[in-house]
Amino acid sequence: MEIKQTALAGTLESSDIQIMLSKGTDGIQITLDSAVEKQFGDQIRAVITQTLQALKITAANVKAVDKGALDCVVKARTIAAAQRALGTTDQPAWEVF
Amino acid sequence: MAENSERLRRTMMFVPGNNPAMVKDAGIYGADSIMFDLEDSVSLAEKDAARVLVYESLQTQDYEGAELVVRVNGIDTPYYHNDVRAMVKAGIEVVRLPKVESAKMIQDLVKDVEAAEKEFGREVGSTHVMAAIESAKGVLNAPAIAASSDRMIGLALSAEDYTTDMKTHRYPDGAELEFARNMVLHSARAAGIAAFDTVFTNMDDTDGFYRETRYIHQLGFDGKSLVNPRQIKMVNSVYEPTAKEIANARNVINAIKEAKLKGSGVISMNGQMVDRPVVMRAQRVMRLAQASHLVDEEGNDIEE
Repeated sequence: MEIKQTALAGTLESSDIQIMLSKGTDGIQITLDSAVEKQFGDQIRAVITQTLQALKITAANVKAVDKGALDCVVKARTIAAAQRALGTTDQPAWEVF
Repeated sequence: MAENSERLRRTMMFVPGNNPAMVKDAGIYGADSIMFDLEDSVSLAEKDAARVLVYESLQTQDYEGAELVVRVNGIDTPYYHNDVRAMVKAGIEVVRLPKVESAKMIQDLVKDVEAAEKEFGREVGSTHVMAAIESAKGVLNAPAIAASSDRMIGLALSAEDYTTDMKTHRYPDGAELEFARNMVLHSARAAGIAAFDTVFTNMDDTDGFYRETRYIHQLGFDGKSLVNPRQIKMVNSVYEPTAKEIANARNVINAIKEAKLKGSGVISMNGQMVDRPVVMRAQRVMRLAQASHLVDEEGNDIEE
């Protein structure tokens, strides 16, 4: 699936993660800013990558600012940002939920 | 009427659906019901994000046995259909529809819920529904709304919209809600479902909160909708039976057990007739006592 527009989901509040997706050409590139990067950075990147792959997005630039989000929140914000970027918010990709 | 009409529903806590900190921690406060909100607490631009956040949290978080409810957006909004589908797919126990004014609105919701159950392979009939009554029309149609579907588990009065519709506002003594409270309560009882009182939003007025909670407890409401977890303990303390009530309920239950062994349905205890309504009241007292951790599962006192 092709990213149509740059899109953002999530906030900078505690327990949230803000995900910004924009067009990319070189696979999925993630820039992560997190206070728990050392302990959970790999896990957060893995959840973002798996979620984008499930949505059939193979190329995207991802900027993520984590404020201590659980995996379920990372997944939820990634789905929300991706659907906004794809312009498919009104047709949720139920199989990825 | 849904089959779990005897379930304790003293507290229904509102949780804004787009707030991860509150959504993930909602289970730790001991609310009987948790109501994730996709409606008024979520801005229009975040409706899609809140829906998926609540969905993903429901898949992974442990809500400690609380009844899980979601308030979807109104039937006339563009968000309603995807809200219902997402929440049914997530396996939510109860879908709460706002601004219900007719039995038909609940019947339409039930059709949509059933379609979603089929679409996502969930057991047909496993999702319950409830109605929020928020207008004069809703109050006057409450009896029909309460009885509109086998899936109905309760009616909730929502006083902010209702008082606006009535061209008044909320007063400390609640006189403006008297008719609506009694309509909602009687409609729920006649249909064998739960009745929830409205929220009390002034967190600084503790006396007012206790006064209102004691009043709706006296009327017979199952419980109250809440906006702040601090209010859970306060409501529970109002619903907590006294030691004397527990002792009396235990005597009633023991006496009826003995009577049954002897093959008799009606007994006399301390010179008073004990029949079915007395036994049902005693059973409810024991359930409340157990929920307040005053007695164990067998009904024995728990020592402090």
